[in-house]
Amino acid sequence: MRFLGFLTRRIVGIAAVMIGVSIITFAISHVIPADPVAAALGDHATDQQIAAFRADYRLDRPLPEQYLTYVVGLAHGDLGRSIRTRRPVSDDLFDSFPATIELSLAALLVAIVVGIPAGVWSAVFRGRLPDHLVRLLSLIGGSVPVFWLGLIVIGVFYYQLGWLPGGARIDNFVAPPPTRTGLYVVDSLLAGDLEALRSSLLHLVLPALTLGYFSTAVIARMTRSSMLEVLGQDYMRTARAKGLQERLVVLRHGLRNALIPTVTILGLTFGSLLSGAVLTETIFSWPGLGRYATAAAIALDFPAVLGVTLLAAIVYPLANLVVDIAYFWLDPRTQRG
Amino acid sequence: MASTVALPVRGMRLVARAPILSNPLNLVALALIAMLAACALLAQVLAPYDPLALDLAVRLKPPSPEHWLGTDSLGRDIASRILYGARISLVIGVVVVGSAGVFGTFVGLIAGYAGGLVDEALMRLTEVFLAFPALILAMAIAGALGPSLTNAIIAIAAVTWAVYARLTRGQILSLRRREFVEAARAMGASRMRIILRHLLPNALAPLMVQASFDMGSSIIAAAGLSFIGFGAQPPTPEWGVMISEGRNFINTQPWLSLFPGLAILLAVGSFNLLGDGLRDAFDPRLSRAD
Repeated sequence: MRFLGFLTRRIVGIAAVMIGVSIITFAISHVIPADPVAAALGDHATDQQIAAFRADYRLDRPLPEQYLTYVVGLAHGDLGRSIRTRRPVSDDLFDSFPATIELSLAALLVAIVVGIPAGVWSAVFRGRLPDHLVRLLSLIGGSVPVFWLGLIVIGVFYYQLGWLPGGARIDNFVAPPPTRTGLYVVDSLLAGDLEALRSSLLHLVLPALTLGYFSTAVIARMTRSSMLEVLGQDYMRTARAKGLQERLVVLRHGLRNALIPTVTILGLTFGSLLSGAVLTETIFSWPGLGRYATAAAIALDFPAVLGVTLLAAIVYPLANLVVDIAYFWLDPRTQRG
Repeated sequence: MASTVALPVRGMRLVARAPILSNPLNLVALALIAMLAACALLAQVLAPYDPLALDLAVRLKPPSPEHWLGTDSLGRDIASRILYGARISLVIGVVVVGSAGVFGTFVGLIAGYAGGLVDEALMRLTEVFLAFPALILAMAIAGALGPSLTNAIIAIAAVTWAVYARLTRGQILSLRRREFVEAARAMGASRMRIILRHLLPNALAPLMVQASFDMGSSIIAAAGLSFIGFGAQPPTPEWGVMISEGRNFINTQPWLSLFPGLAILLAVGSFNLLGDGLRDAFDPRLSRAD
């Protein structure tokens, strides 16, 4: 019952935030000096064409009415029609979102697989060379512009060394796998298409490493500081005193307890990956939400901008909700509280 | 006689007495920031060339004694452009952090002190802004207002203030029932005086840490917006614009993008290092863990 109450409160909270997000984004994209009609039709459009366009997109209606129409549409899963692509925004998002999810998940995987061991290593060798190295790399990871890092890795690994592809999701000469999830790696596996799997995995490496570096730095720092706190606890001393191997002490007793704060920031990290994906996708010609959003904002395609913003804004609280639910089950103290 | 309330303004003391300069990394960070500020202030004196002067005879030259960091596709001196870029980046950081910090702190003070419905309403608004993916909202604002550096700054400030509101409110909530605030209230201090003299100074430490990190993140965000065309426009010697201009030469003349990127890394790294140092200095518990 307590869990249901918690879940209901959180979902109501998310719904309230989404209403706020939709109002603000709607206001930004409608109360603007720039003219979406001119952006869509060009300077040579006739008055008749402009009037037809405005009527078509209901731009001739009062703002509150436009917003209400939009919200009623939203309730029916209708995000409006893109001015740029002339397709329903929901269809565009449905096409581009899986690419972003695939990239973000791969980046998160990099962050977990590299960040957690790096944090543990740094804590165990506190004050010595490995610690300084991890801290320096974390500082760089938190300070490097992702779009610049992307350019540099393309320059080195694609142009100079020729080891990895520098853009797109799959080679031109390889047919994409049949769409089931939209994630090429998963779809290739499901279809048993090894050629598509190899190509999509290789294409994922550079963008995932680039996007994941920042999160790796965050996770390494968080793991390091919580490991340091745990390593000083009495039960660690006890574990050592009873003759347990140092490796087991660190991994079984230390890491298990130190991971709780790290799990908390995974949700936050996933949200921030979406923002980073905008620039990473631009650099790597990755056909995801970020590239779609950039093109939409340039073209003043406000239904598309609204759609992307709403989708991206819901991912962040949803990721945190998933983490909270995991927490609720993992940590009995939250159930009592 | 509220001004004679003898209880100490702990926050100001905490800020003033925190062992900031005893940590060598903080000294490094401060030295780097001082260097950045010197480059920004003295760009006219230090830069060997006009950052906008075209010289097609020397286009795409690699680093040399004449052009320390090489030249770009229009023959402009990259070192000179980076020095002028420091001025732009610092201004972006200061304006974003200053405006977002002041506005967010003001909102947080009101929410925390007023409580009740005002608090509820302001915090829901803050949550909405925190839920936005920062870069996408900034893009929407910059796209709607038209691409320019000023609009990019407005866009970044619009997505930054909410953190300060939440931080300040949290601090105020934990402080407003403390004895020294109660004492000031009992002695007849006005609401404004309690907020400005007692609550705000005590909330300063975490705000300063946040400001240091935000100096770095706003420099990166502005460069990112400029890189995709929503911020500063060519031929402005802004670091993001410079990286974008060098994008097509990354295979053949990598210095066009390499050096402006390193400048961003150094500037942002300095502020992040300072943020780390301030956090450790203000919170001894964290510095022990470090």
